[in-house]
Amino acid sequence: MYFQFANVLVFFLLAFVLCGLMLGLGLLLRPSNPHPGKLTTYECGEPPSGNAWINFNIRFYLIALVFVIFEVEIAFIVPVAAVFRDWIARGQGAFALAEITVFVAILAVGLVYVWVKGDLEWLKRLPQYRGEPAAEPLRRDAA
Amino acid sequence: MQELVDSLVADGFVPGGLPLWVAYLGAMLVFGGIVVFVFILPIAGITTWVERRVAGRIQSRIGPNRTGPAGFLQWLADGIKSVLKEDIVPSAADVPLFKLAPYVVMTGFVAAFVVVPFGGPLIIADLNVGILYLTAVTALVVVGILMAGWASNNKWSLLGGIRSAAQIVSYEIPAGLSILPVVMLAGTLSMQGIIGHQGWAPWTWHVFDNPFTFFAFFILFVSALAEGNRTPFDLPEAESELVMGFATEYSGLRNLLFFMAEWGNLYVIGAVVTTLFLGGWQIPLALADHPVPRIVLQFAIFFAKAYFWVFVAVWLRWTLPRIRVDQMMIMCWKYLVPIAFVNFMGTAVWMVLFPAGVPAVRVLLSLTAAGLLVAFARRVVFHVRRALLTREELSFNPLSTARVMSRG
Repeated sequence: MYFQFANVLVFFLLAFVLCGLMLGLGLLLRPSNPHPGKLTTYECGEPPSGNAWINFNIRFYLIALVFVIFEVEIAFIVPVAAVFRDWIARGQGAFALAEITVFVAILAVGLVYVWVKGDLEWLKRLPQYRGEPAAEPLRRDAA
Repeated sequence: MQELVDSLVADGFVPGGLPLWVAYLGAMLVFGGIVVFVFILPIAGITTWVERRVAGRIQSRIGPNRTGPAGFLQWLADGIKSVLKEDIVPSAADVPLFKLAPYVVMTGFVAAFVVVPFGGPLIIADLNVGILYLTAVTALVVVGILMAGWASNNKWSLLGGIRSAAQIVSYEIPAGLSILPVVMLAGTLSMQGIIGHQGWAPWTWHVFDNPFTFFAFFILFVSALAEGNRTPFDLPEAESELVMGFATEYSGLRNLLFFMAEWGNLYVIGAVVTTLFLGGWQIPLALADHPVPRIVLQFAIFFAKAYFWVFVAVWLRWTLPRIRVDQMMIMCWKYLVPIAFVNFMGTAVWMVLFPAGVPAVRVLLSLTAAGLLVAFARRVVFHVRRALLTREELSFNPLSTARVMSRG
């Protein structure tokens, strides 16, 4: 058992060795002609305007929150799934199925709640515009 | 692999006086090194060549054909070129994180190979939590990509990084839910155990076990493509909108490391799909009695199955356009997640109703798949015939006929 999991550590080590070897080889072979112009941040050739460490959209946090709920749920289901066959073999299949159903149903309610609340929508509208048909994009007459 | 090392130790292969843990550590390093340097590196490289050749064919051009036969050595040439490139770290970047990110991505990719079976008894470690470990460790790639996007201090990189995180994280859910039916059927999480529960014949594979696993297979494949940032889900590095996404500021070798992980992950996707749903390395035992040819055959069949899905992924990339961010999110949360839930519950009910499985359904599903394959083959034949016809027509030269006619 220890041997099996020690392999995981060995592979982590080997991945670092692999990257280190390649980068080390590059360090020996590659040219180095530093120039401040090369080290500027790429912004389509223009001088960069300001820092890129900015606030990003709140939608990503919502996705992360929903993800955590469902991932924890999967983590809880995995052990049940692994022994489900044994339970059926022992004639307790219906009982196990009922337990799984209750658990999944609670989470399905969670998914429905998030869905109804509109948090799965990527394009959101302000409350006062909700329910109205989408505005036609402004027509641009050809010059 | 543990049995092999144990037998070596029992045979007195280890020199006297050497502590046993040194022998085991040495064995681990040797086998791990073989897998990393002899299998992973070439497979990641050769897949780039395969991708470019296939892309060339699909787009009616040739693709790389200068280095080696049919351009086969192109991946080595690209690697050497990358090693010789100047190292550029933007002055505005967060240098430690910027340099660490490729390591994290590569770790997430290489560590997956601990539980990827190669054929027969060939596996580095048959962990009892196999498939769970694999999903967990491949999630490290997200951390690396997010790190790269943040540390570059570039707006394109930041957008690519957080998009990638949102995408991979969302598609983890349908992928995880699609693994569960297989875990329930096999009653184990270990990769070898899951393969052992299937047979060599298609109707014994998990994908044809019941209608729910049939759909779970497709959901898993689509989600895996999304997690691997492949087109049609390559929004994190969408080159027409985000320059190169999270890798914008990376050049030379560090860029190579990111893309090695991406192309290598294709093989991991193929191997996972093959292991879970397509019977893994199972071959009819009557085919080979001696262990050595049997293992070679098993390796060949597993590799062929896994690489077929690599080919499908490449083919999809050059066939489908990229989808929008909102479409991607809606597809995951409103379609794949509910369907995956239904698959999971459906398989559970199916197992309670029919503990021994339904042979008729298995055969029916296998025949459906075979029918789809035949229909597809007929389409291919049709298109090849048409292409040949056009080539003949194109080679028709009115001047030459005119000459023949004037002679006549």
